[in-house]
Amino acid sequence: MDAADEGSTPLPADFRKRFSWRALNEGTLQNLCLVASLLSIATTFGIIYVLFDESVRFFRWISPREFFLGTVWTPLFEPARFGILPLLSGTFQIALGAGLFALPVGLLSAIYLSEFASARTRGILKPILEVLAGVPTVVYGYFGLLFVTPLLRRFFPDVQVFNAASGSIVVGIMILPLVSSLCEDALYAVPRALREGAYAVGSTKLEVTMKVVVPAALSGIMSAFILAISRAVGETMAVTIAAGNTPKLTLNFAESIQTMTAYIVQVSLGDTPAGSPVYRTIFAVGMSLFVITLLMNLVAQALVRRYRSVYS
Amino acid sequence: MAPRSGHRKWRAAKEKGFAVVCFVSAGIGVVLLAALLFGIVRDGAGRLNWSFVQSFPSRIPSQAGIKAALVGTLWLIGLTAVFAVPIGVSAAIYLEEFAKRNRVNAFIQLNILNLAGVPSIVYALLGLAFFVRWMDLGRSVLAGALTLGLLILPVIIVTTQEALRAVPSSLREGSLALGATRWQTTVKQVLPASAPGIMTGIILSLSRAMGETAPLVTIGALVYVAFLPSGPRDEFTALPIQIFNWTSRPQPAFHQAAAAAILVLLIVLLTMNFAAIWIRNRFQRKM
Repeated sequence: MDAADEGSTPLPADFRKRFSWRALNEGTLQNLCLVASLLSIATTFGIIYVLFDESVRFFRWISPREFFLGTVWTPLFEPARFGILPLLSGTFQIALGAGLFALPVGLLSAIYLSEFASARTRGILKPILEVLAGVPTVVYGYFGLLFVTPLLRRFFPDVQVFNAASGSIVVGIMILPLVSSLCEDALYAVPRALREGAYAVGSTKLEVTMKVVVPAALSGIMSAFILAISRAVGETMAVTIAAGNTPKLTLNFAESIQTMTAYIVQVSLGDTPAGSPVYRTIFAVGMSLFVITLLMNLVAQALVRRYRSVYS
Repeated sequence: MAPRSGHRKWRAAKEKGFAVVCFVSAGIGVVLLAALLFGIVRDGAGRLNWSFVQSFPSRIPSQAGIKAALVGTLWLIGLTAVFAVPIGVSAAIYLEEFAKRNRVNAFIQLNILNLAGVPSIVYALLGLAFFVRWMDLGRSVLAGALTLGLLILPVIIVTTQEALRAVPSSLREGSLALGATRWQTTVKQVLPASAPGIMTGIILSLSRAMGETAPLVTIGALVYVAFLPSGPRDEFTALPIQIFNWTSRPQPAFHQAAAAAILVLLIVLLTMNFAAIWIRNRFQRKM
C-alpha cells in the first residue's frame, strides 16, 4: 500500500469503472466457461495420447505387419499370436447382421412415422422407440443370451450357446431407434413443396416417397446408416455377453466369435498387470476401434452438412 | 380404357402394400420392447422383494441381493453429476452466449460432436490409463465417476446448447438494453428461461451414465462387494456390473437375480425418463 502511494502516478479517474467487481466477475466467469469448453479438447487429446502412447510401445514389441495382417489372435495363451483380423471380422460380422436388420426396418419405420402416421400414432410410437433407445446395453446382453439364443436353438439346434446371430440381433434392436429417428429427421428436412409437386402430377404415396422424398433425403439417410453402424461397431456389453469370446475368422452366425470391444472387456476382467504386453494389446485394439468409428462419424457428419446446406 | 384403369388399381394396391410394410416395420420396435419386458418380468418378477434390495451379494443365489450395487450406483451417479453438470453447463454457456464465431470455437464444437460418437469402451481406456493408473485413484468410485463424467459431458453440452438456443433473443436484448452485463443477462434471464430444457438433458444423460457397464468393467469395478463405499476413494460395485456378473454365471438361479436387478434398474431409468419428459412438456406448454 505504502509503496503504491509514494511516487506512483495517481490512479486513473475511471479506475472504478475499469476494475470494478462487476467487470472482474464478468471476465473471470467468462474465462471459466471457456476453460470448461476447452476440457472437451483436452479429452480428445487425452484419448489420442493414451491410445497412441501404449500402442507405440506395443508396436515396438509386435510389428504392425503382424498385428494388422495376422489371422490368429491368441494373446492370452501360448503360443501367443497377435493378428487382429479375427477381432475385426467378428466386429464386422456383428455390424453386418445388425445392419441387415436395423437399416431397412429403421428406414421403413421412419417412412411410416413421417409420411403415413397420424399425429396420434406418432405420439404413441415415438416414445416407445425412445424407451427402446434408453435400455442399457447390459440388458440387451441378458436378452440376447437368455431369450434370443434359446429361441434360435429351438429352431436351429446346432447354434452354439454363444453365437454371432443373437449378438447381431440384439445389437440390431439396439440401433433400430437410432436409425429410425435419424432417418425421420432427414425425411422431415425435405421441403413439403417437393411432395406436393409430385402429388399434383398424380403420384401415389409410394411413388412420392420412393421417387421423390427418399432420393431427396438420401445423404441424410446414408449419414444415419453410417452412424448406426459405427454405434454397432463400438457396442460392447451386449456382444460380450451374447456373442462369446472366441476370436475366429468366420462368417458363420451360429458360432461363437469375439469383437474388438469384447476382447477389451475380457482382458479387463482378468488381472493383467499394467505395462505387460497383454495389457498393451487392449490399447492397440482400442486405437483401431477409435480410428474406425471416428472415420465413420466424420463421413456421417459431412453427409449431414450436405443435406442441411441443400434444404435450409 | 380397361388397361389404364387396371394400371391405376395396381398402383393403388402397391401403395396400400407399401403402407402395410411400413406400418409393420414401425410395429417391430413395439413388439421387441414388449418381448424384452416380457422376458425380464417372466424371469425376474418372482425374485424381486424387499430382502433382495436389502441384501449383499452372496454365493447362494437365493440370498443374493443388490444393496451394495444400488448404493454404489447412487454414489457413482452423484459424483458424476457433481463433476459433469457444472462443467457441461458452463461449456454450453460459453459456446452459445459468449463464443465468437471463429475457427477455434468451430473446432471446439466439431470436437464435441465427435466426442459424442466415441464408443464408451474408448473412454474406459482413457479412464484406466489416466484416472486409475496415472492419477493413482485405483478402482475407486471417484475414478469411475470421472470416467463416466467425461463420457456424458458432450451429451450435457449439446442438450444444454439446444435449450439455450431455444431462448428467444428478444429476452437477451431486453436485458442488455436495461444495462445488464452479458453475464447478468445469462444468469438472471437466459438460464432461468432454459432451466427446464437443461434439466431434461441432464436427467437423460445421467440415466445414460447409470446404465453404462463397459467403462466400469474396464476400470475395474468389483463384482463381489459385501460392503458399502464410505467415501469417493473406496472400491465399489454398481447395478450394471452386478447384472453383468450374474448374467455370466451358468446357474439359472443367478439369471433370475440378474433379471430382478434389471427390473430395479429399468424402474429407476424409466422414472428418470418420465420425469424428463414431464419437465419438457410442462416447459413447452409455457413457451
